[in-house]
Amino acid sequence: MVCLSELQQKFGAKIAESHFRDNRRIDIPAAVVLPLLTSLKTEYGFNMLVDITAVDWLEYEGATDRFSVVYQLLNLDTGERLTVRVPVNLPDAVLPSVYSLWRGADWMEREVWDMFGISFSGHPDLRRILMPEEFDAFPLRKDYPLKGRGERHNFPVITRSGS
Amino acid sequence: MPLTPVDTLESASAEREYVWTLNFGPQHPATHTTLRLVLTLDGEKVLNAVPYIGYLHSGFEKLGEHLDFNQYVTIVDRMNYLSPLANEIAWHHAVEKLLGIELTPRCRYLRTILAELMRMHDHLLNLGTTALDLGGFTAFLYFFQQREHIYDIVELASGQRFHTSYTRVGGVLFDVNTDWVNRVRKFIRDFPKVYDEVDRLLTKNRIFVDRTKGIGYLSREEAINFSAVGPVARASGVERDLRRDEPYLAYADLDFDVVCSRGGDCYARYLVRMQELLESLKIIEQAVENIPGGPVNIGVESDMVLPSKPAVYRSIEGLIQHFEVIMPNRGYEVPREQIYAATESPNGELGFYIVGNAETRAYRARTRPPSYIHFSMFPHMIRNHQLSDVVAVLGSINIIAAELDR
Repeated sequence: MVCLSELQQKFGAKIAESHFRDNRRIDIPAAVVLPLLTSLKTEYGFNMLVDITAVDWLEYEGATDRFSVVYQLLNLDTGERLTVRVPVNLPDAVLPSVYSLWRGADWMEREVWDMFGISFSGHPDLRRILMPEEFDAFPLRKDYPLKGRGERHNFPVITRSGS
Repeated sequence: MPLTPVDTLESASAEREYVWTLNFGPQHPATHTTLRLVLTLDGEKVLNAVPYIGYLHSGFEKLGEHLDFNQYVTIVDRMNYLSPLANEIAWHHAVEKLLGIELTPRCRYLRTILAELMRMHDHLLNLGTTALDLGGFTAFLYFFQQREHIYDIVELASGQRFHTSYTRVGGVLFDVNTDWVNRVRKFIRDFPKVYDEVDRLLTKNRIFVDRTKGIGYLSREEAINFSAVGPVARASGVERDLRRDEPYLAYADLDFDVVCSRGGDCYARYLVRMQELLESLKIIEQAVENIPGGPVNIGVESDMVLPSKPAVYRSIEGLIQHFEVIMPNRGYEVPREQIYAATESPNGELGFYIVGNAETRAYRARTRPPSYIHFSMFPHMIRNHQLSDVVAVLGSINIIAAELDR
């Protein structure tokens, strides 16, 4: 069981905890992501990274940050789950990569980069994964329209004569 | 084409000029769906594999932000299309957790039966096509015939064979009748015979065992580090099954075993899936004999559930309720909160992270797809194997490209 006061002692008082239904969440500042997640993995036994995703708060009433990156952690021995939320803001939307802790983070971080444009420093291969390399927008951002911006019409077409 | 830096070849290709590149997919009979691999080969030995995905990307998560909780179920259906109902159940499980809805006992049992039928549905196709790719055609046909029976059962309940869109917030579309229960009973009676036949065809088949044993090995530590879930993780010795560890629906009342293996190879994954078929059958048998009576949907006084069709057509209260739920400017209270909820889908933990924003549609609907995670392990699993092992490993981790790309 993670004790909030212990975490606050180690990583500063800006760490907050909240509950909703059976989800237990902690909010942490971006500066302590890597040391805190390392500590959660090595000292508190959260040996599995279930998911990394992001939320764009642009149209959410009362939101103060532009994005949150959300880590879902799981302790396989006790079955304890923990959600870690980290606020991220433009223009320098960068977080340290947790690839060194969990190799499963590889594609999850690539997807967050692809869909939200939040980059992860230290990731060995941060390329787009679902969208094509030439795509220059981030489709899951709230300021990106549902029907796209016509990128598909501008894709280069390979013809028989030109190939 | 840039190779992944972490996967760079240890020996430079300059001194090994015979290293060649093979493009596998995106359209290839053995990939079953649209996925592409760029294989670096030394003769027949795979030195490296780089997956390229996204060919089926159709923005499901973006659509989830524009469709309401009931409408989005039609999209969720199309993620893992081998077990559509399992996705629907997972989606509405998360939505109902966000809304704080407690399902009726009948609905919990009904959904349990359907979820287990879907697990069998998925495993049957996966085992059948794995055998097919490795040269065993008969098992595929035997199992496909059983899948047809499951299609019939699902059709009788929902009116659709494939993309059922059967679950609704707080319940399901229609209740089932005794005819349906008898159909399920008949399936339970007939299935073990076919299972035995396929078991005899494959499990000790020299060719099949040679093609799968020791292939695509994944240790327990690697499985955990790569975030593997479901049968893939259980075949590597990770004892984790959400049905037992975080019981949802009616699983807490039912007796079943979690199937694990220490093998970690394709053969172990085959054995785990085969055994899970029997466990699912056990669950269905218990659930179908103990299915409680009473209403299948929660009461309309909760304002969240759609009223039954006869009530809509024949009473003004029903019509008003229908209108209140359906119309975009009406709706019900949704907490401005975030929730992560997961179920054990046939492929493993299928989770949804939903952000509610006082509207009847999600502000963010994140899917945690098991196929996506499993495919990222593929280069690691295939390295230093033969080219012909590519299909064995692909089959054993059960990649569904629609779920992979969403």
